Amino acid sequence: MRIGVITFPGSLDDRDAARAVRLAGAEPVTLWHADRDLRGVAAVILPGGFSYGDYLRCGAIARFAPVMSELVPAARSGLPVLGICNGFQILCEAHLLPGALTRNSGLRFVTRDLRLRVENTRTAWTRAYSGGQEIVVPLKSGEGCYAADPGTLADLEASGQVVLRYAGSNPNGSADGIAGICNAAGNVLGLMPHPEHAVDPLTGPSADGLGFFTSVVAGQEGGFGRWVG
Amino acid sequence: MTRADTVAVAAATANLAQPYAELGLTQDEYEKIVAALGRRPTGAELALYSVMWSEHCSYKSSKIHLRQLAPAAPAAAALLAGIGHNAGVVDIGQGYAVTFKIESHNHPSYVEPHQGAATGVGGIVRDILAMGARPVAVMDALRFGPAAAPDTGRVLPGVVGGISFYGNCLGLPNIGGELDFDPCYAGNPLVNVLCVGVMRHDDLQVAAASGPGNQVILFGSTTGPDGVGGASVLASAAFGGPAGEAVKRPSVQVGDPFLEKLLVECCLELFAGGLVVGIQDLGAAGVACATTELAAAGTGGMRVQLDAVPLRDPSLGPPEILMSESQERMMAVVEPGRVAEFLAVCAKWDVRAAVIGEVTGTGRLVMTWHGETVADLPPGSAADGPVYARPLARPAAQDTLAADDPAALPRPADGPALRADLLALIGSPGLADKSWVTDQYDRYVRGDTVLAMPEDGGLVRVDEATGLGLALATDGNGRYCRLDPYVGTQLVLSEAYRNVAATGARPLAVTNCLNFGSPEDSAVMWQFAEAVRGLADGCAALGVPVTGGNVSFYNQTGTVAIHPTPVIGVLGVHDDVRRRLSIGFGEDALLILLGRTEAEFGGSAWAHVRHGHLGGRPPVPDLAAEQRLAGLLIAAATAGLLSAAHDLSDGGLAVALAESCLRGGTGCRVRLPADPFTFLFSESPARAVVAVRSRAAARFAELRAAHGVPGQTIGTVGGDDLVVEGWFAIPLAELAAVHQGVLPALFG
Repeated sequence: MRIGVITFPGSLDDRDAARAVRLAGAEPVTLWHADRDLRGVAAVILPGGFSYGDYLRCGAIARFAPVMSELVPAARSGLPVLGICNGFQILCEAHLLPGALTRNSGLRFVTRDLRLRVENTRTAWTRAYSGGQEIVVPLKSGEGCYAADPGTLADLEASGQVVLRYAGSNPNGSADGIAGICNAAGNVLGLMPHPEHAVDPLTGPSADGLGFFTSVVAGQEGGFGRWVG
Repeated sequence: MTRADTVAVAAATANLAQPYAELGLTQDEYEKIVAALGRRPTGAELALYSVMWSEHCSYKSSKIHLRQLAPAAPAAAALLAGIGHNAGVVDIGQGYAVTFKIESHNHPSYVEPHQGAATGVGGIVRDILAMGARPVAVMDALRFGPAAAPDTGRVLPGVVGGISFYGNCLGLPNIGGELDFDPCYAGNPLVNVLCVGVMRHDDLQVAAASGPGNQVILFGSTTGPDGVGGASVLASAAFGGPAGEAVKRPSVQVGDPFLEKLLVECCLELFAGGLVVGIQDLGAAGVACATTELAAAGTGGMRVQLDAVPLRDPSLGPPEILMSESQERMMAVVEPGRVAEFLAVCAKWDVRAAVIGEVTGTGRLVMTWHGETVADLPPGSAADGPVYARPLARPAAQDTLAADDPAALPRPADGPALRADLLALIGSPGLADKSWVTDQYDRYVRGDTVLAMPEDGGLVRVDEATGLGLALATDGNGRYCRLDPYVGTQLVLSEAYRNVAATGARPLAVTNCLNFGSPEDSAVMWQFAEAVRGLADGCAALGVPVTGGNVSFYNQTGTVAIHPTPVIGVLGVHDDVRRRLSIGFGEDALLILLGRTEAEFGGSAWAHVRHGHLGGRPPVPDLAAEQRLAGLLIAAATAGLLSAAHDLSDGGLAVALAESCLRGGTGCRVRLPADPFTFLFSESPARAVVAVRSRAAARFAELRAAHGVPGQTIGTVGGDDLVVEGWFAIPLAELAAVHQGVLPALFG
């Protein structure tokens, strides 16, 4: 399986996302922000970092990158898309996911290994987990406070689109302890913590994050969630 | 456009007074410039010489002492580039080379903590990049005034926020460093940043403008008035706007880490494409320094068109363009036939680039401004700078200080008193848990961080297939160095060396950042000379070369200097990072204290925290014992005999045990010989505590004997308390509350 990793100017965790893809048994494919081309990949990861230096607003400029004009319709047609940290912010700015990420309630950047609870295991990226499973994954962000209007939050809860929640104390003031959400179809997932930094206990707090990447690989092999571009 | 003072005008107005004193030059230095040029300097030339001959750029007071460090380096095959380059380069095997260096940004960080610290990160990263390496990690060694002082509440959060802002956005993991507090740093915080980069041997770049006809390209950020004169003094009114309308600009630069990230990727692609003949980063003294040093190190001549420099403020004239310290800029020398390819790579990364000059064979650095010549000088005369043998004198007060023996201090005599002292130490700001700081740094990015704070050293994987890695530690100790700068510097070197070995890595090379008061004070100059001599002798004894460093003078408030504070960084190579040692106690294990413990309390954390005392003699360094201990730790790590190792330093065994218990979430039970106070709090060097796996005790004993390292079994790992049998016990929850509560209570 070929999984694309987009590099925007200022992307930082693209190399880590590619490594996670490799460890999950798939082939990482570099996608360049300025190319209107997804190179026929079967899934796409928007990695963490500071695209365009977080200027204007996190993710606000990246959503206008040429590659996004290909990605947005493909995501709407079912292409599995994972946005990690800055990637989550870009997905919100691109309106592929509802709500917004705002400044941490503590007003400081936070790097911490956190326990997350997997609330929905029916998405393209969380099938490898069991419902309610707790995993340990690092968070590292300054603007990770998830915010949405009460109606949106109620809808997300009702439809099971809250995929991940902080299991311990809330590190950034996110509404309802939300760490990650998906779209209604379950193919687009955005989360603030970094599963690509938890794929090997040698370099991360655990290998718990690998499941996001094996989920999408297993999904494609199982024939569901397949996207043909 | 500003009207420029040209060479022709200068020749015709030989006696026109020049504002050299305002630019920090002495009359003698000014006369040397006139002699080098054969006429008075133009405004542009005066600006150029003033920054090039500043203490910061020329090392004019320190050079005479630093010369000792070069011969101290053994003729090690490991050294690919040594002192004098942007950073030293060390062979770590398997075709990889590592380059690393520490730099200070002390003064800017006091004036404007956030940007001062941020641009400190940016500057050292470009030094590493200029060697041809990909920067892979940073560390920060920070020292502030008293933790509870109101101004520390301004400076510390700003500095930490600035490092977090710049380093995180640049995508470099922060893998360690130091945090300490002392009243001597109240008006002079120390912000020292280390960067390390990795390259293949063939990737080494040179900072030289060679080959007449080759083009000189300035790329990265535009040039603005920020930081003008930062390396010397504030710009004089003569460099402002029209006559009488002096424009005072902030002299601390403003950083853009996003642009630096693009610059890093752009440079690495340029290097990979073989598009660069020579390269230099722009740091202190900006275009003046880059053109002068490139020309002086190359064919010798260069023609520069200053009006081709892209400006963000069109009112700048030649002197300001030369002195500007605008961040995120590099200068490259490129063959004429490759310029188009070079510019295409810059365009791909949205990096602005402009051809501003050409290498010549004339031996002169000639600069023009709209067709008129505004500078014409032999570049070597500016690059070499003056050399001073400043007067130095051991102050008589050293004897008074040495006579104030900590043996006279009241000591804890029973269990509750020992317990209270241990809690006081781990609850003091300098020894408290540093998560408040380090949680603001990204330690995960790039996915190769194997060890980061609060471990003894940082450890970064270099090769995923073989497990090859690099280890780094920085250490400083102003108290030891105040008591005896020669011995203190060797103790600091010993500690960094030991920290690297405690991860299982083999120490290879040394960098340094020498933070001192004014070189014009003979007592400070004596401290400096003694520290450098101690470093040179120490490195020779340990067999680790100094590959480069940085000197920061004038760290003083009025006539009171900071403690002499050399910060030493040691680089090591780890053959297989999967065999790394952590400080954290985990599985059941036997605890062995390695090394000899003497009653050594001069400059100790115990005397400082419990009695506010600084006096007596610092501990006695034993470099041969350090080598034996390092050899044992590396061998034991390789053989997989240890489940944890922690070097002993500030606060001695007591603090080491507490840190290892908290790191691993497991307690320990120790039995100490008759005088538990000395065993718990002495700071004798060349010691470590190791947790030996239960079935490995006999093999470890053999290895220890073979390496000639004294050791004694002091107890076992396990339980939920730190227990010193017969004296006291502390539940881990209580230890954690004391250790972790300090910085949040102080800084929010």
